[in-house]
Amino acid sequence: MIVELGHFALILAFAVSMVQAIVPMIGAHRGWRGWMAVAEPAASAQFFLVALSFLALTYAFVTSDFSLRLVVANSHTDKPMLYKISGVWGNHEGSMLLWVLILTLFGACAAWFGQGLPPTLRARVLGVQSAIGTAFFAFILFTSNPFTRLQTPPMNGEDLNPLLQDPGLAFHPPFLYLGYVGLSMAFSFAVAALIEGRVDAAWARWVRPWTLAAWLFLTIGIALGSWWAYYELGWGGFWFWDPVENASFMPWLIAAALLHSAIVVEKREALKSWTILLAILAFGFSLIGTFIVRSGVITSVHAFANDPERGVFILAILAVFVGGALTLYAARAAAMEAKGVFSMVSRETALVMNNILLAVAAFVVFIGTVWPLIAEMAFDRKLSVGPPFFEAAFTPFFVALAIILPVGVLMPWKRARLPRVMQPLWGVLALAIAAGALTWAMQTGRSALAPIGMVLFVWVLGGAAMDIASRTGRGDWASRLRRLRNLPRADWGRATAHSGLGITIFGIAALMAWESEDIRVATVGEPFEVSGYEITLTSVDRVQGPNYNAIQAVMRVARDGREVAVLRPEKRSYPVAAMPTTEAAIDNGIFRDIYLVIGDAQDEGGWAVRTYIKPFANWIWAGAIVMALGGGLSLSDRRYRVAGGARKAVPGAVPAE
Amino acid sequence: MRSVRGIVLGLAMAMLAVPAAAVQPDEMLDDPALEERAREISEDLRCLVCRNESIDESNADLARDLRLLVRERLVAGDTDEEVVDFIVARYGEFVLLNPTTRGANLVLWIAGPVGLIVALGVAFVYLRRRGRASEPAESLSAEEQARVDRILKG
Repeated sequence: MIVELGHFALILAFAVSMVQAIVPMIGAHRGWRGWMAVAEPAASAQFFLVALSFLALTYAFVTSDFSLRLVVANSHTDKPMLYKISGVWGNHEGSMLLWVLILTLFGACAAWFGQGLPPTLRARVLGVQSAIGTAFFAFILFTSNPFTRLQTPPMNGEDLNPLLQDPGLAFHPPFLYLGYVGLSMAFSFAVAALIEGRVDAAWARWVRPWTLAAWLFLTIGIALGSWWAYYELGWGGFWFWDPVENASFMPWLIAAALLHSAIVVEKREALKSWTILLAILAFGFSLIGTFIVRSGVITSVHAFANDPERGVFILAILAVFVGGALTLYAARAAAMEAKGVFSMVSRETALVMNNILLAVAAFVVFIGTVWPLIAEMAFDRKLSVGPPFFEAAFTPFFVALAIILPVGVLMPWKRARLPRVMQPLWGVLALAIAAGALTWAMQTGRSALAPIGMVLFVWVLGGAAMDIASRTGRGDWASRLRRLRNLPRADWGRATAHSGLGITIFGIAALMAWESEDIRVATVGEPFEVSGYEITLTSVDRVQGPNYNAIQAVMRVARDGREVAVLRPEKRSYPVAAMPTTEAAIDNGIFRDIYLVIGDAQDEGGWAVRTYIKPFANWIWAGAIVMALGGGLSLSDRRYRVAGGARKAVPGAVPAE
Repeated sequence: MRSVRGIVLGLAMAMLAVPAAAVQPDEMLDDPALEERAREISEDLRCLVCRNESIDESNADLARDLRLLVRERLVAGDTDEEVVDFIVARYGEFVLLNPTTRGANLVLWIAGPVGLIVALGVAFVYLRRRGRASEPAESLSAEEQARVDRILKG
């Protein structure tokens, strides 16, 4: 009964979304206030209906209702409660339901918090948002209904893929989707602005927090996925340049570009049409990502149960929305006239450079991702594009980005003088080069990777410190300190997010340059040495988990005779899903991770054991968290909180264009 | 395959470096220099039955066969290029994770640099125009000017 209510609520939401996609649009066009006003209650209603539907599905999973096809395929009574709940979105149908839940949540938020928006703009934003919703409701109801019942329910389910039964991955999809779908807001604002025919500073100020929120969640989502891959897949890789990963990385890059270009629109009323284009592309890449994952068109090597019908449906959605938006853009973009004037050396130019590097980097990832498809269709060549290509073709853009970052941040608007901008940076540059040289001298290896990482790390972090210092102005220390305390959160957010980038860059460089690996047959009680650590396999036992059984090794790690850690790597076997997994045991540290994996028992006695010493591994994700934190700080800036109210008080404050 | 789907699953499958193990101790060569070369070569060769995994990471049987083949050729005295050519001759271009620059692949490799040059060119034209454009009149009305004066005085 509850399941049917959920199903019914979803159909109702579909109906409401159609109303909301049409009525407010006509209202905005004709200037009928009553019709425009439909959007708000409709947006709230949509969200509550989808939430009801989502709760109903969750209820079915929690109570293990095996009359639902989806629950049978993805759950089991023995599964821990956390994974019963995360099982709701650990599959195609449920994840699409989560997708529309978040889509309608963003729509409802725009209705709730968008009180300060001009009524026609708000009606159009909500209308476009709802049109996206309509398409995805249809997708779910017609091709991937999560509420399909079985005529004869089995006694128990088939269990969730064991790899997904992990706390990191339980929360990875919701964050990723908050990011993906959050970009729909920027898209709706862009299309609404194109229909309205005007983009101004106020528009940018409304778009930016939504983009910032989406980017922030996307950062966390990607970091969670990467962290999960690191500890779960058994050899500590953190990024694979897989099409599915690239699918989430491209919107991230475009969203980062959009964040920066929206600042130029907000402060200087320039780059308007470019910003609109980025907003369309950011969501376009989210849809492309969804298409890549759902259709399996690019990764069809193995039959991982992807469905061509669904792929075609999403391709149609992609064509309609992105194609439609780009057509509208072509027709209207010329009307977005820039106002701000600035010289070749200025903050505006620095932000343009940022946008170029990010956009071309995204383009490289895109080409690399779709190239196997193009090569096969156009040139009849079956080939692969793997990590070596991406590392060579993508990395230079991020190195360049990190190099220009501190300089750009210190540039004033309109007109800058390079010597003056560089003045506080010479010291940082010297320090960075010295640190790089020291790294080069100290490392035994041959790779330039770590020194470059170190230079960029000191340069970007020092630049962020100089950025903050420069905001405190001149004068004695007391007054500067006072100003430091009163700096807007946006300033702190910017410096924090940029520092995060530096930390991640260093983590990646250090890990790739200095990682050491050891593969051997270890005998119980016989110690071996890896990079100064003495490791002893003390015992191997059988252990029983809630829905798996495992072989667990107990390994002691010592350094200079002192015990560092006792680690217990496992090899698990999930009988219901008939699948083994490796649970690496990791001793996390600030400067290094010790990463142990137990393999098979060997015929001639002993066990296959892999040991990795991974220097600075945690810095990669720590940097991502710092980036997200910076985004959060910026989002909590006062101007976003008071902007709505202030505008209501002074209606004339919105510059007419 | 059961009908488990979803973005997460895609991810899982994609990276399914598959539990356990990749390179096994019994496969490794005694000569560390040769073994090092073998590792480097196998990192750039695709496991044909996996999704986007190198034979170095995969524990599929085919990947193991290929790893052993690479080592066999190295022991026989082949150079790195000869080993790769040997494998490509048998399994086709698909096996290379690092695409060649031959033929149409050149487009793939120069896409980034060309994209950058084009973007810089467009940006240069735009920026020069912005620099030359005349600042729109932003003079204040008399009333606004009076208000500014009041504020500045007060």
